[in-house]
Amino acid sequence: MIYRESGQFKTTYKADQAILPIFQDKVAMSLLMLFAFVVIPFIADDYWLSSILIPFLALSLAALGLNVLTGYAGQISLGTAAFMAVGAFAAYNLQVRVPEVPFLIAFIWGGLCSASIGILFGLPSLRIKGFYLAVATLAAQFFIEWLLTNFGWFTNYDSSGVITAPPMGIFGFAIDNPLSKYLLVLTIVVLCAFAVRNLARSEIGRAWMAVRDMDIAAEAIGINLMKTKLIAFGVSSFLCGLAGALWAYIVLGTVEPQAFDIMRSFEILFMVVIGGLGSVSGAFLGAGFMILLPILLNNLGSIITGSAISTETIAHIEFMIFGAFIIFFLIVEPNGLARLWQIAKEKLRLWPFPY
Amino acid sequence: MFRFLSITTSFIVFLLVSVSLAAEHFVPITSYRTGPYGVNGAPAANGFVDYLKMINARDGGVGGVKLAWEECETAYKPDRFIECYERLKNKGEAGATVFQPLSTGSTYAVLDRLAVDKIPLITMGYGRTDASDGRVFPWVFPLMVNYWSLSTAKIKYIAELEGGLDKLKGLKIANVYHDSAYGKETGPILAKQAELYGFDLKGFPVAHPGIDQKATWLNVRRYKPDYVVLRGWGVMSQTSIKEAMRARIDATKMVGVVWSCSEQDTIPPGKAAIGYSCASMINPGTHYKVFQDIIKYVHDEGNATGPLEEMANQQMYRVGVLMGVVTVESIAKATEKYGNKPMSGEQVRWGIENLDLTDERLEKMGIKDFIPNFKVTCADHEGGAPVKFQRWNGKAFEPASDWISTDQSLVRPMIEASASKYAEEKGLSAACN
Amino acid sequence: MDWWFFIEVFVGGLLSGVMYSLVALGFVLIFKASGVFNFAQGAMVLFAALTFVRLLEMGVPVLVTMAITIGVMILLAIFIERVMLRPLVNQDLIILFMATIGLNYFIEGFAQLIWGSHVGVLDLGIDQYAAFEVGTALINKFDVWAALIAGGLVLVLSLFFRYTVIGRALRAVADDHQAALSVGIPLSTIWIYVWSTAGLVALVAGVVWGSKLGVQFAISTVALKAIPVLIIGGFTSVPGAIVGGLIVGCGEKLAEVYLGTYIGYGIENWFPYMLALVVLMIRPEGLFGEKIIERV
Repeated sequence: MIYRESGQFKTTYKADQAILPIFQDKVAMSLLMLFAFVVIPFIADDYWLSSILIPFLALSLAALGLNVLTGYAGQISLGTAAFMAVGAFAAYNLQVRVPEVPFLIAFIWGGLCSASIGILFGLPSLRIKGFYLAVATLAAQFFIEWLLTNFGWFTNYDSSGVITAPPMGIFGFAIDNPLSKYLLVLTIVVLCAFAVRNLARSEIGRAWMAVRDMDIAAEAIGINLMKTKLIAFGVSSFLCGLAGALWAYIVLGTVEPQAFDIMRSFEILFMVVIGGLGSVSGAFLGAGFMILLPILLNNLGSIITGSAISTETIAHIEFMIFGAFIIFFLIVEPNGLARLWQIAKEKLRLWPFPY
Repeated sequence: MFRFLSITTSFIVFLLVSVSLAAEHFVPITSYRTGPYGVNGAPAANGFVDYLKMINARDGGVGGVKLAWEECETAYKPDRFIECYERLKNKGEAGATVFQPLSTGSTYAVLDRLAVDKIPLITMGYGRTDASDGRVFPWVFPLMVNYWSLSTAKIKYIAELEGGLDKLKGLKIANVYHDSAYGKETGPILAKQAELYGFDLKGFPVAHPGIDQKATWLNVRRYKPDYVVLRGWGVMSQTSIKEAMRARIDATKMVGVVWSCSEQDTIPPGKAAIGYSCASMINPGTHYKVFQDIIKYVHDEGNATGPLEEMANQQMYRVGVLMGVVTVESIAKATEKYGNKPMSGEQVRWGIENLDLTDERLEKMGIKDFIPNFKVTCADHEGGAPVKFQRWNGKAFEPASDWISTDQSLVRPMIEASASKYAEEKGLSAACN
Repeated sequence: MDWWFFIEVFVGGLLSGVMYSLVALGFVLIFKASGVFNFAQGAMVLFAALTFVRLLEMGVPVLVTMAITIGVMILLAIFIERVMLRPLVNQDLIILFMATIGLNYFIEGFAQLIWGSHVGVLDLGIDQYAAFEVGTALINKFDVWAALIAGGLVLVLSLFFRYTVIGRALRAVADDHQAALSVGIPLSTIWIYVWSTAGLVALVAGVVWGSKLGVQFAISTVALKAIPVLIIGGFTSVPGAIVGGLIVGCGEKLAEVYLGTYIGYGIENWFPYMLALVVLMIRPEGLFGEKIIERV
């Protein structure tokens, strides 16, 4: 009833091509943005900002990147964390070697470096498909991890081995408290999300989806496979690199390869699968799920049983629940939480009528 | 929908959980009982908690105020540690007293928040080495020994085995280390000592996690070293000892670091580990009064955190007790100045900085001979404690040396150089208050 | 050029490679028979090894432990088939692959939940440290035994697939689920057979690796090493798993020792993957694999 589209006529092409054509969607999105930018800074405390919201946003950006590659373009990648690492290290190296570079430029530089490495490791995708490609990306994951650990050049020959991220500041405002960090990450992520949404609706997005569905047929109708796949790798790695720089600078405060190991790659893959392949909101839903579940379990565990259940048992149960959820989602709804949300919206359009 | 529910539920849960406890010193315990290092972290957490329980039962807490604690699982991941840190830092009446991450990665991750939140960090035998310069790092305390001091002690021990520092000349020492920031940390100090004493040094990194080291040890065998310094952690160390035997390198020629010195590392290799010696911040054995007290006040009352065998069979349990000891000593010192009420992080920081563990104090707390004396000052956040070496005889660790002091003349200049570089980068001024 | 040392590295690599193929075998079995890349094989190795070692620790005699563990793995296979495979029949292979990743997590958590995560020492009665001395090269006796066991297992499985009715049924199922069903092959039963066999292979691999490394969580990471083996040997070939294993084991060790001197050590983690990548570019289905035919 509330969600009816009837009566909303578009009179210009521009209106028809809007990213959120339904009026209620526009309202909902504006409210969400208002909530995120204005309300949350007032009601959230340090713990919520630094331990939940900021990691959630940074990881959703990485999930967004992987979604572009795996969800839209259909190329499985298990090397997401390596591309994040490249982004983080590239940003750090630029700032260290060229002082006075604003950190935003360093982040973009990190994304660009990551994009080039992504394209490099995406070259095998021209010959290999499916989970063979996943193996190629695993090669990237291990190789990059080794490279960054073993060559002191990347860490500027720091004696302690773990480098602290340089401080960030814009026009004299230092970005060092959770609130400013949150707003920074939120802005970057919202911009990227809108960008990806637009990309998905554009010609390149449609090309990606064609390649995903049946690449031989796509080639037959004239889509340039090489260009499409490499652009997918490039865009995806750019986003992952940006996410990696955010993760290193803002969440951890350190730039080290261990934070970007294979477990991280799997984590992001899970987010994308649970959230829903091929949807922007899916990246966010998946990231939210993966971040909140351990915290929820930890807290629930200690509340329900006091200290009767050891933290170790809870961690094992967490593993089991993750695994079970993934299988559950793949059986029940292979398109993830985003599809569930879509179904809910469709029901909402008809409500209170049954059909 | 699900996400909305999960957010609201966890918000409510969080509100419930953050209700403060009664008037107690709050000790956050950021342990890791799972993950690749859980086998080390679990006994450490058990020892830590058992000691706190014992102090509550035996002494009624510190200064008449009981100790309270809460465990939070980090799985050895810095981002989980930060989540635990943020969640626990304001708990208890006066906030968290002190954090001990038992992980170098987590130490770095939380460094910048400490001054803002006014909570100190104790990183005994690990962490950021140059934080030993307390003028630049007022909130971080790598107590007793740091990585570089430990390295000098190790070379001194090898010299002892050879019969004198002059005998080191011409020896070949292989440094087998975990290929990570932790592993690479001692590269520079070892190189410096190689130059000073005239021995040949070669580094052999082992790719994480280090379960397959055959090729590395083939390389080590080709080098034909006189001694091997083992810098492992987790599953790497036991595999190294096994592979060493397969490569016909005798365990008596292997000297391990503090973090490759537990039963996890020596029992799985079986006979290959007999004769293996390694560094320790504590004296081996459980005959000290503190352990008898723990048995009496905690285990006999049925209040133990883990199984009783851990006390005798797990080095990490005893290290956990050490963690408890420094926590309680710091709080006790703080109460001397600030009175008998729940201590805040800031007050405990003062306590740690003025720690002076004399023989009388050690005797009183039942830890004499268990740990050495050491004294912390503002400039020296390490405390200059000596290091003990223990040898595995197949069943247990036994002392292999006396307390060996570290060579600060080598280490201190490097620390100060590194710390002042950090101070310059961050625009801090080094000072003592 | 020290030839004895080269032989030591080379032979050591070969033996090590055979142990990788032991783990890879489980993957091949399941892929050959159900077309699923079972990412959870590593977790199954861990689970089998943990069950085995804990029962031994409790004092159960060896043969009984063997029997019980095999029984447990069969139960696991039945459970997996009912809960995961049946609902996902005929879905995209990618979906099944991701489901096995989820299964991997589940089994890992489950195994450690019931059996605890402390290290289990597995003593097979074979001295781990004895070695044959050939010239100045040391060839570890235990590794030779492990190689023989793995070789024997491969032989048995190859013959099984080639010459028995069940073997042919398995190959039919791998080709096309629906076609196999329409010919009357009982899909569920076949799958239970396959996963149980894979479980058995996992048990053998777990016992061998467990006695070498100690039974603990890290064993499941051996599965990551098995993936390049599969790529090089071909996903569907049992002898390919052995050849792939030999190539990976050898290549890895030689690279670490000889290449490592120039570019730095610690390259063992990524070298097999790079090798696999090169093979993939030249021959996308692996050395012994079946050519992939795609229909549009």
